[in-house]
Amino acid sequence: MALPAVPDAAIVLGADAADWRAAVELAGAALTASGATTADYAHEMIRMIEEHGPYVVIAPGLALAHARPGPAVLHDGLAIVTLATPVPFGNAHNDPVRVVLGLAVASPDHHLSLVAEIANVFNDSDAISRLAAAASADGVREILGAIA
Amino acid sequence: MKIVAICGAGVGTSGILKVNAERVLLRLGLSATVVATDLESLHAEADDAQIILTSPEFVEAIGRTSADVIVVENYFDTQELSAKLDAALG
Repeated sequence: MALPAVPDAAIVLGADAADWRAAVELAGAALTASGATTADYAHEMIRMIEEHGPYVVIAPGLALAHARPGPAVLHDGLAIVTLATPVPFGNAHNDPVRVVLGLAVASPDHHLSLVAEIANVFNDSDAISRLAAAASADGVREILGAIA
Repeated sequence: MKIVAICGAGVGTSGILKVNAERVLLRLGLSATVVATDLESLHAEADDAQIILTSPEFVEAIGRTSADVIVVENYFDTQELSAKLDAALG
């Protein structure tokens, strides 16, 4: 299984975010604009971090924001937000964050094939800096191996 | 052998740990079942687990367990994961 389609609406490049909440909200807004989630999903992603801490910063410079499958998820979706100025999430090892991925999973049953594709992209240690430097939506899709 | 990967949602980050742990185990020539789950389901899943893989943020919440808790800093650094799994299992 490939990554979900990543339309232009799911990609925000060089955004300004005052703090980690604003950065996650941008990823939520992009998921909503692409039709993958309702507007509530951004709040669910923020709540996961408020509840459990900044564990979503899973690699240097990269946050994988996500929440559970539920009514706010309309279909699988992936949003990419690159930040003009890196933002600290409070993670001891991987701050500051340059790239926020917003992940929406419609059902727990197939999420592993989806995250396996994400691992395929990011197990290449250059992928995060290449994404952070991407100048166009097509450039982002090329790095991800995703379609529009 | 059973390994449990823990995150807040049980999808997403713990899934990445599971996928990459399976790849590393294959390379190390080790065989194990790797389950991805959330903190709430941990005690149902971890009773018979030898290893728990997780982020630093969850160590305190996991609490006392007979399993080895392996803390992963970079989920996409399979060399880090390989060294830590090899040290725990070797």
